Amino acid sequence: MTASIIGSPVRRKEDHRFITGQGRYTDDINRPGQAYAYFLRSPHAHAKIKSIDVEAARATKGVAGVFTGADLAADKLGGLICGWMVHSKDGSPMKAGPHPALAIDKVRYVGDHVAIVIADTYAIARDAAEKIDVGCEELPANADPAKAQTAGAAQIHAEAPGNTIYQWELGNKPETEAAFKKAAHVIKLNLINNRLIPNAMEPRAAVGEYDDGTGGYTLYTTSQNPHVARLIMSAFIGLAPEHKLRVVAPDVGGGFGSKIFVYAEEVVCTWASKKVRRPVKWTAERSESFLSDAHGRDHVTSAELALDANARILGFRVKTIANLGAYMSTFSSSVPTYLYGTLLSGQYDIPAIHVQVDAVYTNTAPVDAYRGAGRPEATYVVERIIEEAARQLKLDSAEFRRKNFIRKFPHQTPVIMNYDIGDYDASLDAALKIADYKNFPARRAEAKTRGKLRGIGFSTYIEACGLAPSAAVGSLGAGVGLWESAEVRVTPTGGVEVFTGAHSHGQGHETTFAQVVAGRLGIPIENVEIIHGDTSSVQFGMGTYGSRAAVGLTAISRALDKIEEKAKRIAAHVLEAARADIVFENGEFKVAGTDRKLAFHEVALNAYVAHKFPTSEIEPGLKEGAFHDPTNFTFPSGCHICEVEIDPETGITTIIKFTAVDDFGNVINPMIVEGQVHGGIAQGIGQALLEHGVYDPESGQLLSGSYMDYTMPRADDLPSYSLGLTNTPCPSNPLGMKGCGEAGAIASPAAVMNAVTDALGVKEFNMPATPARVWQAIQHSRAAAE
Amino acid sequence: MLGVAMTVNGKAVSGEVETRTLLVHFLRENLRLTGTHVGCDTSQCGACVVHVNGRAVKSCTMLAVQAEGAHVTTIEGLAKDGKLHPVQAAFKEHHGLQCGFCTPGMIMTAVDMIRRIPNLDDKTIRAELEGNLCRCTGYQNIVKAIDAAAKEMKGAAT
Repeated sequence: MTASIIGSPVRRKEDHRFITGQGRYTDDINRPGQAYAYFLRSPHAHAKIKSIDVEAARATKGVAGVFTGADLAADKLGGLICGWMVHSKDGSPMKAGPHPALAIDKVRYVGDHVAIVIADTYAIARDAAEKIDVGCEELPANADPAKAQTAGAAQIHAEAPGNTIYQWELGNKPETEAAFKKAAHVIKLNLINNRLIPNAMEPRAAVGEYDDGTGGYTLYTTSQNPHVARLIMSAFIGLAPEHKLRVVAPDVGGGFGSKIFVYAEEVVCTWASKKVRRPVKWTAERSESFLSDAHGRDHVTSAELALDANARILGFRVKTIANLGAYMSTFSSSVPTYLYGTLLSGQYDIPAIHVQVDAVYTNTAPVDAYRGAGRPEATYVVERIIEEAARQLKLDSAEFRRKNFIRKFPHQTPVIMNYDIGDYDASLDAALKIADYKNFPARRAEAKTRGKLRGIGFSTYIEACGLAPSAAVGSLGAGVGLWESAEVRVTPTGGVEVFTGAHSHGQGHETTFAQVVAGRLGIPIENVEIIHGDTSSVQFGMGTYGSRAAVGLTAISRALDKIEEKAKRIAAHVLEAARADIVFENGEFKVAGTDRKLAFHEVALNAYVAHKFPTSEIEPGLKEGAFHDPTNFTFPSGCHICEVEIDPETGITTIIKFTAVDDFGNVINPMIVEGQVHGGIAQGIGQALLEHGVYDPESGQLLSGSYMDYTMPRADDLPSYSLGLTNTPCPSNPLGMKGCGEAGAIASPAAVMNAVTDALGVKEFNMPATPARVWQAIQHSRAAAE
Repeated sequence: MLGVAMTVNGKAVSGEVETRTLLVHFLRENLRLTGTHVGCDTSQCGACVVHVNGRAVKSCTMLAVQAEGAHVTTIEGLAKDGKLHPVQAAFKEHHGLQCGFCTPGMIMTAVDMIRRIPNLDDKTIRAELEGNLCRCTGYQNIVKAIDAAAKEMKGAAT
């Protein structure tokens, strides 16, 4: 194996089309005769629909069709589903209300879908939608998760009394209570994990097309997982049988989780293309993205940490209310449970943990996975309370962490996860060095002379990704397995086409996957093509999220094992040697101890010509597939350190230095890994300092519904990051990789907020630390001091 | 409908548009030049930046009819004779893009920035990028790419 290309910063194969304007995103696709769709959305957060009169809109010149929930129901089209069953602690299944693609009797959030108008142009469709007369009765609304379960709160779904979807728990309650009884110190902290709006730069889009000749549909859509979208649309929504529905996710302009889910628009456009007998195209305006993309986070948490007299952690108790919005999105139930509670042990040896999560409905957009999904929320709780414990016990933050680190692997936590490997001291040591921690007191003192407040914050994080062993997730309620598939087709001239069920929407798979193939087969990377994102070419796949590309790469690696084995058998015949004497090195099949050999492309040609081997024993051709089911999650870990300086007069927080040292196991392409870390940290800093999805708690109007109200991180809001890597190779996959896509977003918010609270000298302070809020906190402290 | 004519990427083009048609829609829909993207509806994201008479313009903030007679360059017209513009090459070399959606606007902004400002530094580049949003890269490698391209172009010019 020519391994040198594996681990090299190979420049990306996909870049040429993007830098020359030749990317092909969904909105770039135009089908002959296509019509344009506009969705009429609810302006109310909660209202009964009494009547919908679409006649005037339908009669507008250029309108091809207007449809409502009643039309979908008449065609027996099912609603959107949540594909992960979570049970409450009393054993009862989660209480999910129906989620029609177009509202039937009620609208439940601002932006909820009421009707689709299809016309010759988008402008006509939009103008005609204004003629739809919706008779409705406004109902009291609630957007505040903390109030959702209180008496008198607006009742959103009849199926979920008290707006409670489930009351889930994990861990051992009696053991945890016992730990608190014998504790010398108990640290308490209340936290809000602010709602985020994902904002991939490409707005969602869909083009649905019905082919009357074949009776089949094609959907071009902005999806991270086209096969899963097809499966759900077919098996649960009943749009068409899977073999009559092709889903294509072409170039996708960022996802961060928000494009995992099956949305109303893509279902309705596809269905309607048969109704109007024209392709139907819809592209979200950014305002619609704000209103109707699934949002992230939105937790209200209280946490307690029990410690003995020597500052060893004895127990950890967490209560969280998770806002799931007005409907349960595709994987929403799993995020605040199995992706959250299972990570509450962090990097620490904690004997007893108990977590309770109440998931609630509110009159807000659905909440689902967003970069990190549950793990940032867990890390935020763990790392904020660990920091607070160090402060209250007057211990050095780094040393307190070190005192409680897990050092023996494998390590079984009290919350399901079995950590396979890690070295938390190594990443902490490396980060302390890069951050120049030992000289921080001098820097703080210097800042003070300038009237500035300096703070430093740690986040020693763990994450579980590479989702996930199928049987394990099945036992926890997942409706699907989380293996991945690959097919490797060698052409007669020695080119290699790899069909993967993973999907690339910025991660650079067309390069990293090709690096592994080129490295394994000893061929130039230019000879390898990675094909993804089309259900008509890739047999099946689970898509990309949860930093699970390692699963897809392992599937490819296993298919390559089979290719190599078959090629050896063919080479043995061609070279007239025994199979056992054939070795494969540097792209050549050699007879060991001789100079007889065949290049990879020569074996490929022989495989297809099939003249020189018995086809009764060996089938012609060279094509192999593999399905890989991971045996464990992968557990990236590391240490982020943030140093901030706050101007007390303006409340502006400046990040002086951001250090991130991560253990991602073996790295395929360090350039791409760094890029993933940069982007993740940027989103984490965005959450900590800038971003906040805000609804008016009573009217349910989205107050942060545009880039003028929702602060996306810009170039001058962010620092350059100082990065480092450590490596404990992952034992559960042959390449020794761990996921790297989410770590930045998981670790960084806690590091920033630990730095901000350190600078301010306050205990509880919620994200985002905007200048106004920081300034107010400073005024409050000053007033209290006086 | 109104007739509109302009030069796009060196070619004379014309078409019929509504008065309300934005330049970006004329480019994308009439000319099928889909490299220029629409990422927002409030002129904030910069995915739609093109050059109009040599200056960077958000093509979502200009009517097609306002570009009557203008010389417009889009991302598709930046490479000459199959050779990438130094800014394009630098974005690839320094991994200044991930999903690629903001990239055309970033590159067109960067070309204009380098033209206008002789001595770019990290801070100036970041300030000049205030009209362009990227959700993937955290900007670090975009800044690096622009800095490298600026230096290379300066070297080539002297």
